[in-house]
Amino acid sequence: MAQESMTVHLKVWRQSGPEDEGEFRTYTQEDVNPDMSFLELLDVINEDLIKSGEDPIEFDSDCREGICGTCGCVVNGQAHGPERGTTVCQLHMRVFRHGETIVVEPWRADGFPVIKDLVVDRTALDRIIAAGGYVSVKTGPKPDANSLKIPKPRADAAFDAAACIGCGACVAACPNASASLFTGAKISHLAMLPQGKAESTRRAKRMVEQMDEEGFGACSNIGECEAACPKEISIDVIARMRREYLKSMFTSH
Amino acid sequence: MSKLDSRVPEGPLQEKWVNRLHEIKLVAPNNKKGISVIVVGTGLAGASAAASLGEMGYKVKAFCIQDSPRRAHSIAAQGGINAAKNYPNDGDSVWRLFYDTIKGGDFRSREANVYRLAQVSNNIIDQAVAQGVPFAREYGGELANRSFGGAQVSRTFYARGQTGQQLLLGAYQALMRQADEGSVEILPRREMLDLVLVDGKARGIIVRNLKTGDLERHEAEAVVLCTGGYGRTYFLSTNAFNSNATAAWRCHRRGAYFANPCYVQIHPTCIPQKGDYQSKLTLMSESLRNDGRVWVPKKKEDAKKDPKDIAESERDYYLERKYPSFGNLVPRDVASRNAKYVCDEGRGVPPTGRAVYLDFADAIDEQGEDTIRDKYGNLFHMYHKITDEDPYKVPMRIYPAVHYTMGGLWVDYELMSNIPGLFVAGEANFSDHGANRLGASALMQGLADGYFVVPYTIGNYLANYDIPEATTEHDAFAAAENEVEEGVKKLLKSDGKRTVIDIYKDLGDVMYDEVGMSRTKEGLAKAREKIVALREEFHAGVKVSGDDGFNKMLEVAGRVADFLELAELMAVDASEREESCGGHFREEYQTDEGEALRDDENFSHVAAWEYNKGGDPVKHKEELVFENVTPSTRSYK
Repeated sequence: MAQESMTVHLKVWRQSGPEDEGEFRTYTQEDVNPDMSFLELLDVINEDLIKSGEDPIEFDSDCREGICGTCGCVVNGQAHGPERGTTVCQLHMRVFRHGETIVVEPWRADGFPVIKDLVVDRTALDRIIAAGGYVSVKTGPKPDANSLKIPKPRADAAFDAAACIGCGACVAACPNASASLFTGAKISHLAMLPQGKAESTRRAKRMVEQMDEEGFGACSNIGECEAACPKEISIDVIARMRREYLKSMFTSH
Repeated sequence: MSKLDSRVPEGPLQEKWVNRLHEIKLVAPNNKKGISVIVVGTGLAGASAAASLGEMGYKVKAFCIQDSPRRAHSIAAQGGINAAKNYPNDGDSVWRLFYDTIKGGDFRSREANVYRLAQVSNNIIDQAVAQGVPFAREYGGELANRSFGGAQVSRTFYARGQTGQQLLLGAYQALMRQADEGSVEILPRREMLDLVLVDGKARGIIVRNLKTGDLERHEAEAVVLCTGGYGRTYFLSTNAFNSNATAAWRCHRRGAYFANPCYVQIHPTCIPQKGDYQSKLTLMSESLRNDGRVWVPKKKEDAKKDPKDIAESERDYYLERKYPSFGNLVPRDVASRNAKYVCDEGRGVPPTGRAVYLDFADAIDEQGEDTIRDKYGNLFHMYHKITDEDPYKVPMRIYPAVHYTMGGLWVDYELMSNIPGLFVAGEANFSDHGANRLGASALMQGLADGYFVVPYTIGNYLANYDIPEATTEHDAFAAAENEVEEGVKKLLKSDGKRTVIDIYKDLGDVMYDEVGMSRTKEGLAKAREKIVALREEFHAGVKVSGDDGFNKMLEVAGRVADFLELAELMAVDASEREESCGGHFREEYQTDEGEALRDDENFSHVAAWEYNKGGDPVKHKEELVFENVTPSTRSYK
């Protein structure tokens, strides 16, 4: 438990706007409490920057409990930092060493243009969902929920895929900047459930095409996405995405 | 006609909503295409309303401050959603859900609204399942239920500890389907900074594009506000970092009444604060209280000991002792207040003394670690991550934190505010939870409002009211935009010593100390003075760096300016409500046993406050009429 306080050096990517050149700048922080989260450290550094009249480091974050998917940056070369199954807001300073230099960069992918510093534009992911990541039902009277029985193991497997928080770490971790884990997760969640079955191939076709259109790369089975995913979504969802996509080649809509 | 006409339909309680639906005027399908509706916020209420309105044929614009509508704070709700399905056959019914909710709210909510909520609760579950929301299931394939704080039946549906996330993704996907259809335009990274009124009716909004800093004017025939609660007035809360009251507060400044601002829920099971660098606290779902046992040492002297060195006989399971029939499942306000009391007595546990144990040792012994892992795995994981302590091995430590606000903009039965054309749904309105919200009822209310109430009642407004012609070139838009622009410039110009966060933290301390779990007349008066002083200090010169482009601290500055006004109204409301009810506990008004003492004769009303620039706010009362239930003293003994 109670470790000593530590000193760390942060080498942070600073970029004032989408069209500007960026650069690394280094900030040293003393008396860091090891129980502090990584984003709380950025908060503390920012307070000092503001007090000295400098622009704070811009980064996205919201719930700070690993569920909203807002935060995300590359820490020491790893999306969301060195811990598995963790968003950067849940990364605590205790995993770093006293005196360590920590390199912090935004997600880097053609599909995610930088807005400022560590903030990127991830609206491409919304457009992929808009291309079919839903069950086509309207609001209104529906059959009683229990009229549809779904075996627990299947419901659990669908849930595992549905746990995606849309943070984009899979894209940032992938050498090809592919969004296949993200896209495959939604395709799998819905294809595994009877409610989503009816339109599963059409959905796969449209979502995969949208993913390509957004400038994300192709998947070459490297597996970095699975390692970086804060919800530990398995690359099995990519295999399922391919199967559903392939099926769409043989069916007409 | 009084300005506070609640427009509750005539007739028996069970028939009110059905009758209203029959009376509601419909908008002809070909007319809907020409009608725009603005929905601000894309949490459960906003996403479900925007999707449903889009499906009906309206032209919808959906705004959110996040970079994607999927990230609204509803996503963080862990525990579950209530519905009166009675699947476990344990005696539940619409009536019982209604009664529990109105009693849980300590008889400070509107009967008809709460009954409607219970009525539509079942539709929500059917809707969510049809969308593919992966609720927990039994091995037989049916939906699983559990019991949740304050309920004696198992009526809570859940999706592991991520119920809010899965329900929001269901609504978000329905919303994105409409975006794909072209009926909804999604405008992320936009913050609503003003409401535009034409001839007294809501006709549009001014937003700041948070990506570029540009101000934008958006026009519509009606505006639906779904912007959540004001828990962040306390600085530290379980709300997300960006949750704020600005949109609601700016509507209030334009004339919308703010109802019951003093009703705040302080949630009993949060991870205690560790250091002053923290900007938010983390909630642990209260579903944990189903199996965890809350205790502190009997003796003050034992408080600093390692829990394993405190013998069973030396432990005080104070909720089980004081409330034998509900035990650890007493409603949130009761659980929170009792945690405060034992800590005030010096029996709180390390390191700060502001914490109590939530112990799973017995549950693990009885049910096995695998069962507990299955139920709460992700919550235990999260706790372990944050605290570096393994709750399978040592008891969790918890302490109450601000979590939810029952107060909000005043709305009538149709969820329209006193400004025609301004609808308010979800946590942003005041309507359904009275003085205390029961667990698993927030998700229910957000989705009830968004899927099953506003989409119908808004038609009643659009078909009945004479809506003035206006475009974004109208003077009202220019004037509102100008005011917003001046406000932003003023914040950037000031250059004092203290930062926004410095002042904000002070505000949080005042609120926790004096407008928190336990309140007094003197304390509230002191709070008001301190809040006014902080506000003056803020406007005299708060340090905001950067320019009017992408600038998150500038956004926070604008929100804090509004919290500094709202906080004062909360203190005023708490001071004038001279009784204890639900989450509002006034030390002067308690029973001999230390429980909340209501004053139905004088305070069975909604306090709806009118903004009065430069002067004291003006109170309007909506008397609460109970025709179907008799207000009783809440007892969980």
